[in-house]
Amino acid sequence: MRHIISLLMANEAGALSRVSGLFSARGYNIESLTVAPTEDATLSRMTIVTSGSDEVIEQINKQLNKLVDVVSVMDLSDGDHIERELMLVKVRAEGADREELKRMSDIFRGRVIDVSDKTYTIELTGAGSKLDSFLQAIDRKLILETVRTGASGIGRGERILKI
Amino acid sequence: MELTGAEITIRCLQEEGVEYVFGYPGGAVLFIYDELFKQETVKHVLVRHEQAAVHAADGYARSTDKVGVALVTSGPGVTNAVTGIATAYMDSIPMVVISGQVPTSFIGEDAFQEVDAVGITRPCVKHNFLVKDVKDLASTLKKAFYLAKSGRPGPVLVDIPKDVSNTKTAFEYPSTVNIRSYHPQVAGDANLIKQAAQMLLEAKRPMVYAGGGVILSDAAKQLTDLVRLIDAPCTNTLMGLGGYPASDKQFVGMLGMHGTYEANMGMQNCDVLLAVGARFDDRVIGNVAHFNSVPRKIIHLDIDPASISKRVKVDVPLVGDVANVLGELIKVLKSSKQKPDAAAHKDWWKQIDEWRGANSLVYKNSSELIKPQFVIETLHKITRGDAYVASDVGQHQMWAAQYYKFDQPRRWINSGGLGTMGFGLPAAMGVQLAHPDATVACVTGEGSIQMNIQELSTCKQFNLPIKIIALNNRYLGMVRQWQEFFHGNRYSQSYMDALPDFVKVAEAYGHVGILVEKPSDVEGALQEAFARKDELVFLDFRTDSTENVYPMVPGGRGLSEVILAEDL
Ligand SMILES: Cc1ncc(C[n+]2csc(CCOP(=O)(O)OP(=O)(O)O)c2C)c(N)n1
Repeated sequence: MRHIISLLMANEAGALSRVSGLFSARGYNIESLTVAPTEDATLSRMTIVTSGSDEVIEQINKQLNKLVDVVSVMDLSDGDHIERELMLVKVRAEGADREELKRMSDIFRGRVIDVSDKTYTIELTGAGSKLDSFLQAIDRKLILETVRTGASGIGRGERILKI
Repeated sequence: MELTGAEITIRCLQEEGVEYVFGYPGGAVLFIYDELFKQETVKHVLVRHEQAAVHAADGYARSTDKVGVALVTSGPGVTNAVTGIATAYMDSIPMVVISGQVPTSFIGEDAFQEVDAVGITRPCVKHNFLVKDVKDLASTLKKAFYLAKSGRPGPVLVDIPKDVSNTKTAFEYPSTVNIRSYHPQVAGDANLIKQAAQMLLEAKRPMVYAGGGVILSDAAKQLTDLVRLIDAPCTNTLMGLGGYPASDKQFVGMLGMHGTYEANMGMQNCDVLLAVGARFDDRVIGNVAHFNSVPRKIIHLDIDPASISKRVKVDVPLVGDVANVLGELIKVLKSSKQKPDAAAHKDWWKQIDEWRGANSLVYKNSSELIKPQFVIETLHKITRGDAYVASDVGQHQMWAAQYYKFDQPRRWINSGGLGTMGFGLPAAMGVQLAHPDATVACVTGEGSIQMNIQELSTCKQFNLPIKIIALNNRYLGMVRQWQEFFHGNRYSQSYMDALPDFVKVAEAYGHVGILVEKPSDVEGALQEAFARKDELVFLDFRTDSTENVYPMVPGGRGLSEVILAEDL
């Protein structure tokens, strides 16, 4: 099953490689991994999307907790949470396609953030599945480039990950 | 007062009460060696290969309750140390390894003798640090010692660039450590302890399976008390030997691939299993599905939550320090009105005794060929079971584990998790330094001993009167055994040709060597060797070259699917 795991870790050199090394050494899947500093500069927050049986997910949580740099771990999928991913898509936008692409972008609540004679760059956020749908909805031949951040997640309401 | 990084390093070692540093110098650690030279509190043991420095620090740690310390230079110094670090990691041995690094301004430039020490060791350390600023050095070393020893112990590497060891800063050794992300759980959960106690009292066929965690936590006494209290048979893993007295009637021997029949059958057929400081690894429980195919309740006590329910689902997880939680468990059991089910236990012990009757460790002694088992039994006799026994890896290791009956913890020193050939001799050096007056034996094979034989030189320099018990079967015996069983007797590269004359080798290094070729000479040779209290004696026993280790649970099979010597 797919799980989305959030963790806070010391913002130290090498901390990221400890996490990614753990996943590769133990053969766990990583679908995506995002990391950036938090409002407390000594901490980074990471979101990892992974999949595995309940036993594997339990081990992933325990092994992450065992890393000395990791301050706290939460499996967001254990409860209500929100998940967002950012995607930038550069598309060939000429002639009639220009209008159509703009329309599709609006339907998906995207924004055109860069325009040239021949291209648009569209920004989209949402759950990963929404981004997938957008890519399926537009003409594949028009896609020049896509870049996605991978999911970031946060618990709903009072579900808070802190030290 | 301001001190250089090198001075700080030594001061920190002094503050930690470090007695010995095992190491090898080189460019990146020259300033540190210079400071070592200027003082006498911390003694340095110059090994002949960095792998041996780490194994020696490891042997020192295993035989005491202290942190072992090794010091190596950058580049090849660190890479040579990696096998030793991984060995310590697999067996959770508290250790601090200090490595030199190229100057900070050179890092990343493929400088002479630069390797990414933190990167290379990351998967085989509990934690590691690169100290980029001398201001962080003292606190980092403090953390390193604390991490190495607390919680589930393990090796910690501190990589110190050369310029950091030569830069000055104010020195103050922190009195406490606080790592906000690290809080090992020591005490157990009271409710779960109660549940465990109840389960143990209700057991009809209880079994205790205890591993290296008992040794690391110094919990042998608590384990013994508990086992007696609940009237259960007790087995030890390879790492746990000595955690429960082997001569006690409730002991059923080692379990696992080469465990006794009664231990493995007990594991398979018990109704309540208490696992203590052990991790259900593949060499211990064999095939997981087979192990799980019979119902039993499992209580698992370990300091590392990640060890619990990793390979086998458990019913009552007890996370905490083994000695502490066993102490609590004993209290609860003693205060309970309920007593173990005597009638059921009587049947259970009857069953255990029947399995014991299989006599799974029996071997046919010979008047022509020296049987390796006989050498170990005689070693036990001559040393009155009171020696520290460091072992290498192979058949000899299994025979030592099976036939040297360890009654005390920290006496059996072996590489269980990584299975590192070459561990024995350097580990024995660490043991002998820690216990200068004790009897220290190194049980080895002619293959393993050659992996770190250069340490005979270190032994000479530091007057370490280790007794090397080489079971020389002219084969990489354990490999040969597997080839005999599973590869149609094709002995691919397992014959040890062109062996040196070990007696001469020993003599060349300034030691005593004795060649033993006849069973009737075994006891006399051992007596002579151990009588030479102040000398290292290398005993070259020419043993039966085709002897196998029994019983054996072949890899991938279940614990009850065992091959006994008499089956063949
Ligand atoms: C460094 C290392 N290389 C290879 C092995 C694989 N191995 C395990 S036991 C063994 C044979 C050991 O031979 P020896 O030391 O002569 O002992 P014996 O089995 O004959 O008692 C080998 C090669 C190992 N454990 N460690």
